[in-house]
Amino acid sequence: MTYSNKRGFNLKESEVTDEALYRNRRDLLKAMGYMGASMLLAPYSHLAHATNAPNPTFNRQPLSFTGSNRDSINDKLTPEQKVLTHNNFYEFGAQKHQPAELAQRFVVNPWQLKIHGEVEAPITLDYDDLFNRFTIEERIYRLRCVEAWSMVIPWLGFELSDLLRMVKPTSNAKFVRFKTLYDPAQMPGQNNRIVGGGIDYPYREGLRIDEASNSLTILAVGLYGKTLAPQNGAPIRLVVPWKYGFKSIKSIVEIELVEQQPETTWNMLAPNEYGFYANVNPAVDHPRWSQSSERRLTTGGLFSRNRIKTQLFNGYSEQVAHMYKGMDLATYY
Amino acid sequence: MTVIDVFAIANKHRVWLVKLVIHLSAMLPVIYYYYLAINDQLSADPVEAILHFTGIGGFNLLLLTLSVSPASRIFSLHWLVHVRRLLGLYAALYALLHVSSFVLFELQLDLALFIDEIVQRPYITVGMAAFVLITLLAITSWSVLRRKMGRRWQALHNYNYLLTTLVAIHFYWSVKSEIVEPSIYILITFALLCFRWPKFKRGFNRLVRRLRSHNRC
Repeated sequence: MTYSNKRGFNLKESEVTDEALYRNRRDLLKAMGYMGASMLLAPYSHLAHATNAPNPTFNRQPLSFTGSNRDSINDKLTPEQKVLTHNNFYEFGAQKHQPAELAQRFVVNPWQLKIHGEVEAPITLDYDDLFNRFTIEERIYRLRCVEAWSMVIPWLGFELSDLLRMVKPTSNAKFVRFKTLYDPAQMPGQNNRIVGGGIDYPYREGLRIDEASNSLTILAVGLYGKTLAPQNGAPIRLVVPWKYGFKSIKSIVEIELVEQQPETTWNMLAPNEYGFYANVNPAVDHPRWSQSSERRLTTGGLFSRNRIKTQLFNGYSEQVAHMYKGMDLATYY
Repeated sequence: MTVIDVFAIANKHRVWLVKLVIHLSAMLPVIYYYYLAINDQLSADPVEAILHFTGIGGFNLLLLTLSVSPASRIFSLHWLVHVRRLLGLYAALYALLHVSSFVLFELQLDLALFIDEIVQRPYITVGMAAFVLITLLAITSWSVLRRKMGRRWQALHNYNYLLTTLVAIHFYWSVKSEIVEPSIYILITFALLCFRWPKFKRGFNRLVRRLRSHNRC
């Protein structure tokens, strides 16, 4: 079911190929099953980089949702398969193909998400609450990685502001702090420097309260019509589409409202490279990657012409620019 | 033909055989990876995968080239020296593929951006310096030029040590936080350079002598 809504984050007219691909994903998955059965992929399996279906152990459930901005997208969707196999989730390996391989046995149910801190009504949500207590909507967003690649993903989720309203923040609540699950037994990267890239776990992120309350900010529980795969941050993750991808923390177990600006993982690791704000900004370069343009990962191999200009706030200026009025975005990067 | 005969023949043609192995193991993966990448079958981001493959592959070949002379000395395999140039040339080919894939597929021929990147990103600056060096070494590997250049040829080809060091730094600087792999490469590079310690010492002494005699004048 689709309905139009006129909120500003809506993108325009979708391209037919990928819309069809989306609708036919069952057929596609079935076809891939046949390919798997005929062992076509087997000879490639020793190649670490060869992309193929992720190990299908993890079972993604179909999700129902009420609204979508799908009917008004003008960016071609990134194929589901690429969204599932190209992940930065260092808890499951620092190479992009690793999370899809190492996360399939991740246990998401039971799950507990604790929301506390400067709030009047702290609450702990369990697995079913994540899907039942809020209005789940489809949001098609651009995802821009600081490494200068980007995707377009149909997320399913609810606005973080819905959750914040529920716990009633006090006047002291100036920032929101997020934490990923810490479970070295399940997450090999937390147990091993080589696998996990030497990051100080658990992964932490933060937003200013107005950023967290912005209607673009969602907690996603699914993508492409189904619950999230572990490599994408199951069962619940943050999506902040005008910021670089690393702000969108995965597999969240704790949300705390606080008075001071919280410490955030990449900022602690290399403060000169990763700011607290991490707003997508073509004018502010990362020391290793020019941010003026990006490669949009959709379909096509080596020769596809997919380098596009990067837009300020990833193209969401209209909805978010007002929050940064008067701030020097080169200082607060 | 007995087993002994086979060994005898293999022994007689060992340089030729090892060269064949080098050709096959350097060329076949390149063809296979580019084939997959062109058809969008090499990971979700074929460009990144190709850059990693050619980069690491080239570095491996460079380190192999550097291990020829210590290995031939330690294991008394003096004929190994005959395959060194081939290894070095393949390292140069991988470097060429690495740089041209970066320009063609990553930057998609945005040459202004390419120049910008060389100037602004230290890891790319260092990488380009290494690429210029390996290109010079590859061009001058031609026997005719080697004879013509005489003693200057060896002087030029000693820059291989600098080149390898630059590649190690390029790799280390290019990663985000996963420094274990580049660190291992730096250790291997360092170990291979240690075998050249007497050579470095001689060169250093020569430099000191030259400076001293210069001062007396």
